[in-house]
Amino acid sequence: MSTLLILGSSSDVGIACAHRFAKEGFDLILATRNGDEYQRNLAADLSIRYNVHVVSVQFDALATSSHKSFYESLGVKPNVVLSVFGYLGNHEQALSDFTQANLIIASNFVGNVSILGIIANDMESKREGTIICVSSVAGERGRKSNYIYGSSKAGLTAFLSGLRARLAASNVHVATIIPGFIKTKMVELLPETPKPITASAAQVADAIWLANKAKKDVVYVLPIWRLIMFIIRNIPERIFKKTNL
Amino acid sequence: MGKVFNWGVFPRIDANQIAFSHYAKIAEFVKENLVIIPRGNGRCYGDSSLQKTIFSTLELNKFLSFDTENGMISCEAGVLLRDILEVIVPKGFFLPVTPGTKFITIGGAVASNIHGKNHHSEGSISRYIESFNLLNETGTIIHCSKNSNPALFTETIGGMGLTGVIISVNLKLKKIETSYIKQKAIKAKNIYEMLEYFDKFCDYTYSVAWIDCLSKGNSLGRSILMLGEHATNKELNEKQSHQPLAVHSNKQINVPFMFPNFVLNELSIKAFNFLYYHKQMQHEVDNVIHYNPYFYPLDAINNWNRIYGANGFTQYQFAIPFENGKEGLVKILTKIANSGCGSFLAVLKTFGENDAVASPLSFPIKGYTLALDFKISKKVFKLLDELDEIVLAYSGRLYLTKDARMNSDTFHKSYTTAFSHPAKFQSLQSMRLKI
Repeated sequence: MSTLLILGSSSDVGIACAHRFAKEGFDLILATRNGDEYQRNLAADLSIRYNVHVVSVQFDALATSSHKSFYESLGVKPNVVLSVFGYLGNHEQALSDFTQANLIIASNFVGNVSILGIIANDMESKREGTIICVSSVAGERGRKSNYIYGSSKAGLTAFLSGLRARLAASNVHVATIIPGFIKTKMVELLPETPKPITASAAQVADAIWLANKAKKDVVYVLPIWRLIMFIIRNIPERIFKKTNL
Repeated sequence: MGKVFNWGVFPRIDANQIAFSHYAKIAEFVKENLVIIPRGNGRCYGDSSLQKTIFSTLELNKFLSFDTENGMISCEAGVLLRDILEVIVPKGFFLPVTPGTKFITIGGAVASNIHGKNHHSEGSISRYIESFNLLNETGTIIHCSKNSNPALFTETIGGMGLTGVIISVNLKLKKIETSYIKQKAIKAKNIYEMLEYFDKFCDYTYSVAWIDCLSKGNSLGRSILMLGEHATNKELNEKQSHQPLAVHSNKQINVPFMFPNFVLNELSIKAFNFLYYHKQMQHEVDNVIHYNPYFYPLDAINNWNRIYGANGFTQYQFAIPFENGKEGLVKILTKIANSGCGSFLAVLKTFGENDAVASPLSFPIKGYTLALDFKISKKVFKLLDELDEIVLAYSGRLYLTKDARMNSDTFHKSYTTAFSHPAKFQSLQSMRLKI
C-alpha cells in the first residue's frame, strides 16, 4: 500500500490531489494548519469514496522547530510527499512592512527547506520515495509587481533543483511543479486571469499524478507557460526594467 | 450576478448565487441576507429554488459516514445521487427511493420529498430519512429526527427549502443482491387497459407507464407499462454475473446547444411516439437490465432539456385520488390529445398510502399521478389553466417541484395551508403561491 502525505491539504490543489491519488488507491495523510471540522469531513469523505485509509494531522509550515517531531510522529511514513502550501501575501504591504515580507519568505521558502529537508534525509537513508513540490512561474524572474513572493519561489525552485540532483543517486525522486495561473481561492482575490493560461485545480492534480507516475523533473502544468517563461527570462534587463509586469 | 434557471429553462432570472463549504460561512451568509433560498443541482423544473439571492449547496459535497453493517449513509446536502450510487452499489446497497434522474442532490431530494416508481409499494423518501442537520434563519445548526425537533423534521421533508438550509442527511439504504433489474414491459392499447394492468400488477416493487398522449379515440392513452424487481444473482446472465454489483457508467451523449424552436412540433412528437410504441413488437417482454437504463434512461443524454429550445418547457405533474380517478385521467388525456400540444414525455404512476412524516407541502397523495412535458408557449399556458380546473374538480394537486406557473388560488384549494416558515427563506414560487 502506498501513502501520500499532503502538506497544505486544505488548499484547492491539495484537495484535488487528495482525490486524484485516493482514486489510484493511495492512503492519505492530510496535513494542514487548521485541523477543523472541514478537514475531518474531508478525511471521512475521501475514505468513503475511495475505500482508502485517511488521517488528518496538524502541521504548521511556519513552526519550523516542530517539523522534526511532526514527521517522527507519523505512524506510517509516506512513500510520496506533496507540498502545496504557500502564501501569496500582499506585495504592497510587504514593501513597507518587513513582517509581511518575512511571512511570505517563511511560508514559501523557509517552511519547505525545513520540512522537505527532514523528509529528504529519511528517504535518502531508505533509498526510496518521491517528493513533489509546487513552486511558481513567479520564481523564474523577479518582476516589479510581486518580486518578494517571486524571490521566495525562486529560492524554492533552486532548492528543489539541488535536492533532486543530490537525491538522484539514492533513488529518491524530486519533482518541481510549475502551475502558472490556477483557478483557486488565491487568484479569486486578484483580477480574473486569462482563461487559456489558467489551469483548474483538477488539471494541476492530473499533472502532479503524472509527475509522480512518470518521474518527471520539472512540470509546467500548461505547456504554454514553458514558452511564456522562456520569453520573459530572455527579455534584456534594460528593457525588462521598463516593463510593468 | 448571472442568469440562473432550473431544468425547464423557464423562468430565467438574474440572481446572485453563492456556495460555501464551511458551515460558519453559510451561517454568516444566511444571517446577513434578508431573503434567500437554498438550491441544489437545479433539477427542479420551475422556480422552486429561484430567488434574487441563492445559496448553492454544491460545495457541501462530502460523505460523512457509511455504516455497511446497518446500511446507513450520512452525507452533506449537495452530494448527488450519482455519487451516492457509486459509493453504495459496490457494497450491495441501493437508494430506497429514486426519481428519474441521478443528477439531483440529496438535500433537494429531502426538500422535495421525492418519490419514485415504488411509491405504491414503498412510499416516498420520507420513510428512509433517519435524521438531518438544518441551518435555520439564525444561522444555528439544528439536528432533526423523529425524536429530536420532530415538528421541524416533518415540516422540512417536502418543505421546498422554506424551513432553512439542509446541511447533511442521514439515510437508510436498501439492501440489494445485484445492481440489475428484472424488467417486464407490457403494451396496453388504451388507458382503460393500462389502468387494469396497474391493478393486476400492483405487487411489483417498481411500476411506471409511458403514455402516448397524442393518440385519440379507441387508442386514447395507449401505453407501455414497465414493471421491475431487483434481480437476484441467479437471474443474471453469464456476462452480468461477472460483475453483479456493477456501477453505472458516466458516459453521456451531449446536446451541445439549444435546439431551434421548430424542432419539436406535433408531427415530430407523433413520429417519436409511434416509433416508441411500435419498437416493442410483442405484447409482453421480460428481461434483466442494469439499473442505469431502467431508472435513468434520460441521464444518458447530457442537457436533454435543450431539445425544447431557448424558450424552455414546463413539466405538468398532478396527482388525483383513485376515486373517480379513471374518469379524471380520461378527461385530461382527451383534452391534451385534442389540444395538439404534444407532450414528448408522459409518465403515469400510482401513489400508495400518504406519507406519515412529511410537510403539508409534500406532493404524493394516494391515487394516480401523471407527468407531462410541454414546450412553453401561450397556447400551453391556457391549456394548463384548463387542466388545473379538472385536477381541482377531482380533488387533485400539482407537484411544486415541477411547477412554474400555477396560480395561488389553485395551490390554496389543493394543499392544506397549515404551514408556516421563517420569512427569510422564500423562493419565487413560494412568493407567487403566497406560501
